[in-house]
Amino acid sequence: MRSFLAAFFVMLYAPIVTLVAFSFNDSKRNIVWRGFTTKYYAKAAANESLIEAFANSLTIAAVNMVASVALGVAAAVLLWRFRFPFRHAADGMMSLPIVIPEICLGVALLVFFNQWWPRDLAWPLSLGNIIIAHITFTFPFVAVIVRGRLASVNRELEKAAMDLGASEWQAMRDVLLPQIRPSIIAGALIAFTLSLDDFVITYFTAGPNSITLPVKINSMVRFSVTPEVNAASTVLIVITVIAAVLAMRFQTARRA
Amino acid sequence: MQTEPWQSNKVVFAALGLPALLWLGVFFVLPLGFIFGLSFSDKSGIIGHDLTWTGGNYLRAFEPLYLGIFGKSLLVALAATAACLLVGYPVALAVAFAPPKIKMPLLLAITLPFWINILIRTYALIAVFRTRGFLNFTLEWFWNAGDSLLRAVGLGGLGDFAPLELLYTNTAVALGVAYVFLPFMILPLYASMERFDRSYLEASLDLGAGHWRTFFKVLLPLTMPGVISGVMIVFVPALGAFFIADMLGGADSQLIGNVIERQFLGANNWPFGAALSFLLMYLTFAAIVLRRLFAARAERADGGGYAPA
Repeated sequence: MRSFLAAFFVMLYAPIVTLVAFSFNDSKRNIVWRGFTTKYYAKAAANESLIEAFANSLTIAAVNMVASVALGVAAAVLLWRFRFPFRHAADGMMSLPIVIPEICLGVALLVFFNQWWPRDLAWPLSLGNIIIAHITFTFPFVAVIVRGRLASVNRELEKAAMDLGASEWQAMRDVLLPQIRPSIIAGALIAFTLSLDDFVITYFTAGPNSITLPVKINSMVRFSVTPEVNAASTVLIVITVIAAVLAMRFQTARRA
Repeated sequence: MQTEPWQSNKVVFAALGLPALLWLGVFFVLPLGFIFGLSFSDKSGIIGHDLTWTGGNYLRAFEPLYLGIFGKSLLVALAATAACLLVGYPVALAVAFAPPKIKMPLLLAITLPFWINILIRTYALIAVFRTRGFLNFTLEWFWNAGDSLLRAVGLGGLGDFAPLELLYTNTAVALGVAYVFLPFMILPLYASMERFDRSYLEASLDLGAGHWRTFFKVLLPLTMPGVISGVMIVFVPALGAFFIADMLGGADSQLIGNVIERQFLGANNWPFGAALSFLLMYLTFAAIVLRRLFAARAERADGGGYAPA
């Protein structure tokens, strides 16, 4: 059993580890090891369209994170606190963007933006449609994570604060939010990672002047398989893995 | 948990609920409704469409040309799902039965690749599958070792090693899909095994059943909800994973996702593409309903047949 697990993990990680290793390989073709170099990172850093795609990705992920947290936390608190007609339907609809195949949401948004979204906007606005697409499928994830935490929150504390004179807003900000803070941070990190990582939905919504890092890597692979692609991939791997590990930390954090 | 009626604080209710509701309405329901209409439309001119409530786009999916593509696509997705299950089941079992101390690190190690970009994980496989790739290097090493061993004992050699032409085939696509979606298979399997009471295994073995019989009559039936969940979570997304077929497959490796993608970004037949993506969506919903049914049945069986004394 132990050797089987070991073989499994080798199989799971070997392709990724070799991809990272060969980004440091001093050879144009990724086949034999020819010595250590960081020149492909320098080359990737000098590739203007790659850097532009990277900047786009980070901008989109950051804006998406803020908006997804706002929408996701509000929706989670709503479903936790109130009972209202069609509550189950609202709950189900929230999980739909997570459930339906990415390609379906991708083509639907492609058609939608093609119809109603202005073209040729200036830079940050030209990313608007991708940001909207990302928020649509990331904020339900934030809501799910925050609701997990809310399940163990006592509503009476907020009521007590309000009996003692706090306003609705003060009670929420000073009593409720501190209790669910770890889940909000976890949700934010996951929203950030999902956005940075997304290929399928971005592929359908990105215009020629608004590509992201995964979309750029895809077109680079089409063109030729070089260590430069490995270098760009490694950068993306490092960022997303760090964010994901931090998110899991916060999600499983014990209540202080 | 005590909930309050929405009328008790309408301002807070609206402030919390309206943004998400409006967002989903405008950027989710509306686009989906739009392509739903599109799927019943006729193409008119180069980019125009008229909503005629035709069923022709759905019927076209059942033409022999597309049936052939879908058949192959289903086969690739099925093979990938089967491979995932064959590898994932023992892995999940090993993790579920591992000492509690190393369980969390093992689970973390299984979920970590899930966070690495799916496209990059696919790209990483090119270096594994190609003619001068790691898989062929490994096979060649074993081949040569076997060759020299046979020569040494005087049985003649195996001859020259012929590398596998794996990249750009449907096999590469199926293996790629299996590799990329493996964590999705393992997690639901693990969840069902975590809940599984190990004393059943001991009881079965004590009462004289062999290992195989215990597996097929006790372990497998009781972890079936996990198997069903895992199969559904891998199978449906596998059908849509067009970029895996693009990167690892050849000219005739096409998943349903590739056909959909081409209708929107190449062939420009949006109504047909819309119909196909709705067919894929219906398949997803069918999978969800099926999973619910199995889960409900398993729960009933659990409550009835195996009630703890």
